[in-house]
Amino acid sequence: MGANIYRNKKPALVFLLPAFLFMIVFLYYPFFKNILNSFMEIKQLGSSGTSFNSPWYSNYVEMFQDENVWTSVKNTLVMMVVTLVGQVGIAIVLALMVDNIGRGKGFFRTVFFFPIVISATALGLLFNLIFLYDKGMVNQLLEVLGKQNLTDWKAEGIALFTMMLPVMWQYVGFYFVILVTGLNNISDELYEAAKIDGATTLQRVRYISVPLLHNVICTCSVLAVTGALKVFDLPWVMFPKGMPLKSTFLTGTYMYYHTMETKNVDYGAAIAVLIVVLGVVLAKIVNSIFREKDY
Amino acid sequence: MTKKVKKSAGMFVVYLLLIIWALTTVYPIIWVIQNSFKAKDKILANSFAMPMGELFTTANYRKAFKTVDILGSYKNSLFISAMVAILVILLAGMGAYALARYKFRGSGLINSLVVGAMMFPAFATVISVFQMEYSWGIANTGNWFLNMLSVILPQVAGNMAFAMVVLIGYIKGLPVELEEAAYMEGCNAFQIYYKVIMPLTKPSFATVAIFSFLWSYNDLFTQSFFLRRPDMYSITMMLNNISAKEGTDYGLMAAVVALIIVPVIIVYCFLQKYIIKGMIAGAVKG
Repeated sequence: MGANIYRNKKPALVFLLPAFLFMIVFLYYPFFKNILNSFMEIKQLGSSGTSFNSPWYSNYVEMFQDENVWTSVKNTLVMMVVTLVGQVGIAIVLALMVDNIGRGKGFFRTVFFFPIVISATALGLLFNLIFLYDKGMVNQLLEVLGKQNLTDWKAEGIALFTMMLPVMWQYVGFYFVILVTGLNNISDELYEAAKIDGATTLQRVRYISVPLLHNVICTCSVLAVTGALKVFDLPWVMFPKGMPLKSTFLTGTYMYYHTMETKNVDYGAAIAVLIVVLGVVLAKIVNSIFREKDY
Repeated sequence: MTKKVKKSAGMFVVYLLLIIWALTTVYPIIWVIQNSFKAKDKILANSFAMPMGELFTTANYRKAFKTVDILGSYKNSLFISAMVAILVILLAGMGAYALARYKFRGSGLINSLVVGAMMFPAFATVISVFQMEYSWGIANTGNWFLNMLSVILPQVAGNMAFAMVVLIGYIKGLPVELEEAAYMEGCNAFQIYYKVIMPLTKPSFATVAIFSFLWSYNDLFTQSFFLRRPDMYSITMMLNNISAKEGTDYGLMAAVVALIIVPVIIVYCFLQKYIIKGMIAGAVKG
């Protein structure tokens, strides 16, 4: 019966064509063109490369010798660990706590989630004020607590910490909501049975909530790792051009730096290729570590 | 008895920890609003005090409206994001319907092309898209509409694949009997789509629209490539620009941040259920 309506395939073409064209023109074609771009010589954003680099793979040779590339890859990997441990870790703790309280569940859900709705650009400016050397919120707070000298939160050595903390903080609520939803899906009967058997709250968390949450935690971990590769807005606003001393570059911000600031567009394209390769490799690794289990 | 005391003590600690985290998300916002009403030289002396009496001033806001075109960038941002959300719903909806209901040669391939398209990071496409749009004459022009279009098109594409995956899942779950009934009544495929599928898919459309809108509204990366003239600035571009130029005027910074954040929080309070749902669904986007 259903086959009858959809036997005439012509409408399908009309339905599909606009969306499909969009994807080909704005995703697939640019993606492959970008790989080609990384071998060309492009001095100006918008102009097409007219000649190949000599040798054509010179950008990739340069990339291996470029210290900043290594710094940005290293920073991105650190960012991944921070998002994985910080975001998902804190979110698990918060979610397990909220799951066990009586009142205020909705309130905490609303409050924990809302930083995600605000643009990372605005948050970057906000955190610039919070971490201001000359008495931003943090330095004033430390002064009240009895600390004598001011800390320069944007100095070398500590800058990476100052950059990653807000990124981590912003997305905790996101994983929190996913995990709370996962906890709600666990049947109450299990908890009741455990209660009758005399299990304490902690035991119920340890032996029921955490194991049954395994798959949800895996999903969150994969999202956190792949998400770390896409971080751009907040680091760029707080630490433009990798300052101080190009030590805070992430792969994304470094690609942007070469494309927009140094006008080395083809090199930017090559870094973008590196980002894709990095993303594919890391996604494979993470997927094999956090493989979902069937119960 | 002691067990009960122990239990309530445990609850107390749990609530305390939760409230501490809640403070880290709420207090910075209150702090910045508070300081936006103080003169810039007073902020540094005591940023925790409430802006009352002597301390209170609206100078930062007056300066904010004078130095930056906040309303203009709101207009640009809202236009871009609304267009992105509308176009994504329209095009992805139709495409999803075709892929969910029709089986034809190559539909499997197109399905995997859609899933694959979710994996492209904006970093990997933006340079070529700019080249392409520049050669069409729509990127970096003085024409407002064309310039807006140059941002809308790649952002639509960026959300399209993901939106289709969500919508295909939803439409596949709808009972096909309704479409059959409509077919018996003499509707053709297009009428079935507009009269049966679209109304039924509303909740999923809402999720996709919210996600696409917010993603576009908060994006700085793509917009910074295409919106480079001050009168074309979106909100994120305006913020990025003012922080580079006037970053040391802390009062002005606080006022601008407050002007951008507060409306979002108000909207969030009213629509939080839908927003949370939309954002979570959007997460799966690669």
